Amino acid sequence: MCINCKTDNDLSKCSSGLRDAYDPKVSLEHCSSMNTGHDHVAALETQESVIDRVVENAVIKAIFGGNDVSRRNFMKLVGASTAMSVLSSIFPMDAAKAWAKEAPGSLEKKDLKIGFIPITCATPIIMADPMKMYEKYGLSGTKVVKAAGWAMIRDWAVSKQVDCAHMLSPMPLAITMGVGSTAMPFYMPAIENINGQAITLHVKHKAVKEPKDMRGFTFSVPFDYSMHNMLLRYYLAEGGVDPDKEVKIRVLPPPEMVANLKAENVDGYLSPDPFNQRAVYEGVGFIFKLTRDLWPGHPCCAFAASKDFATEMPNSFKAVLMAIVDATFYSHDPANRKEISKAIAPRNYLNQPEEVVEQVLTGSFPDGLGNMRNEPDRIDFNPFPWNSMAVWILTQMKRWGYVKGDVDYKKIAEEVFLASECGEAMKKLGYPVPTTTYEKHVIMGKTFDPDKPEEYLKSFTISRS
Amino acid sequence: MNSTNKSWVTLSLLLLVIFIASWQLISMVLKNLPGPMPVAKTAYFFLSDPFYDNGPNDKGIGILALYSIGRLSVGFIAGSFVAIVLGVILGLNQTLYKAVNPYIQVLRAISPIAWMPLLLYSVQNSNATALLVVFMASVWPTLANTAFGVSNIKRDYISVSNILQIHPVSKVFRVILPGAGPTIVAGLRISMGSAWVAIVPAEALLGSLGLGYFVWNEWNNLSLTSVIFAILIIGLVGVLIDQLFNALARRLAYVD
Repeated sequence: MCINCKTDNDLSKCSSGLRDAYDPKVSLEHCSSMNTGHDHVAALETQESVIDRVVENAVIKAIFGGNDVSRRNFMKLVGASTAMSVLSSIFPMDAAKAWAKEAPGSLEKKDLKIGFIPITCATPIIMADPMKMYEKYGLSGTKVVKAAGWAMIRDWAVSKQVDCAHMLSPMPLAITMGVGSTAMPFYMPAIENINGQAITLHVKHKAVKEPKDMRGFTFSVPFDYSMHNMLLRYYLAEGGVDPDKEVKIRVLPPPEMVANLKAENVDGYLSPDPFNQRAVYEGVGFIFKLTRDLWPGHPCCAFAASKDFATEMPNSFKAVLMAIVDATFYSHDPANRKEISKAIAPRNYLNQPEEVVEQVLTGSFPDGLGNMRNEPDRIDFNPFPWNSMAVWILTQMKRWGYVKGDVDYKKIAEEVFLASECGEAMKKLGYPVPTTTYEKHVIMGKTFDPDKPEEYLKSFTISRS
Repeated sequence: MNSTNKSWVTLSLLLLVIFIASWQLISMVLKNLPGPMPVAKTAYFFLSDPFYDNGPNDKGIGILALYSIGRLSVGFIAGSFVAIVLGVILGLNQTLYKAVNPYIQVLRAISPIAWMPLLLYSVQNSNATALLVVFMASVWPTLANTAFGVSNIKRDYISVSNILQIHPVSKVFRVILPGAGPTIVAGLRISMGSAWVAIVPAEALLGSLGLGYFVWNEWNNLSLTSVIFAILIIGLVGVLIDQLFNALARRLAYVD
């Protein structure tokens, strides 16, 4: 069957470009000869064979000076295989074909370096390595490299020691605006996890029920520009506690939180897992509140790359995004969570007891108060970077004084949270894509309208803006 | 001589036994502190295959030690070279020496780790930063010692070399450096010590592969047995390096 003329009337596709140049019976010039030479036009299925054919035809046409009659006579005389071997001895056909394939559409770099922090939020980024997701999209030799903290991963990303990085979703916004960093445009084409964080308190605080019981506490969060900081502040402020005046909030790298809780240097923290569950495992803390109960489906960690990387290596950027989106949906499926726990627990990745990782990912866990809880959506994975989420983050950054002055919410949100790129990857993988990039979010019962950020900001009594 | 030799070995072994026994006792009281047995088990686990490679974030302790030693060597050699050259110049010029000395003393007092954020910010590369931290740790003690050693060479040696009209370059190599040799080596030894002390936190803070990375990665997992094991390895490597300098010092020693 000829895909070119049976199903397509487009004359340009009917051109002679894709017919076998070694075949004396076909013309490379006349589309009309299509009817006679029909059976000789092989259905070229793969892109590579199309390129091979295009290169052959171009070379042969050049040799015969565009005279198709003499080409056909020559082929008839010597036969296709002789012609092929003669030609390849005088012209580096294979090299030309390889060169043609290198051109547009091919990966600029295959061995990417991707930085990550050893927490369960990074599950898709990490599991894509042992479960060969990067290789699946042609990124063989891609390495995931462990960083000790968010400041380190920011520095790695900004100084381009890594090509892409696992970041907290407020970080690319902050870096792009030059807040707490040198200004450098960053893209965030995918969210990693939604939910998956918790407020953990020291076991001595079992009597605590609400924010007002927490006055005077010392908390820790992983980074200033984190959902953890924003959500903890939001939670305390909703309960009437001023997070700047009535409690202390210190930044600590997640791995040090459990040890600090043990040493009673902090009363609690809002941190990524597995460190909430690890505190339970160590018998020093209990899970006071899952962040899912503050904002169901809130974004947390993200996959980010510098604008430079995305523009200098557009194909590698697209390929790695495909791998990440694929891995994120794979992680979303509860049936895969056990397998993933096993793949990411070892020393090379999280370096955590598999049992703890599994309790986090499956949502079947002891809470440290003697209860076994079963919350399948304790952590979930969904890549779509809603622009409205970025707007919410920006309102909170302004609320707590991290950014001052006027903020062009939607402009920054759309510049950094690349919803359309993510949607494209989702579509290619066959997942439904949201038709809009803004939606209303409900956080602790209060509706946030992304169209009215300033109004929303003014509605808070406890605020630094 | 022989009997005194033996008695220190016996005493040393006795101290080791006392140390391990009290460690065991303390670990039985402090529930969180792993005792000698679990640490020995961990040590066996890591030492039975010291050169395994399970990807970029999990390498054997032998490979990690080589990373640290390699980083140490590069930073230390560069730092020492600069220190000895500057030290000889300062040592030969009393006025310059007196003028510069206060600054050397100030710089010397700064922990090499304190330089780290500044270095990382300016060079934008964590591996280069780790090397520079080692460099910073290596320069000052050697510089101070070289300048001191050179300026305190017996006047007679210098006078003799002047009378013999030795070429200035060969004067440096045949009179000044050998004359100041023992003091310089003492400085190098202190430098090496401070560089080795600096490298572990530098690697931990920068995430560069090495023994410091190992400590941090195991601390991540709250695995204190591994952390204690790493402490022992760091100490042992430090002692081995110091022994090298001991041997060097003995070769360069001379009697006036």
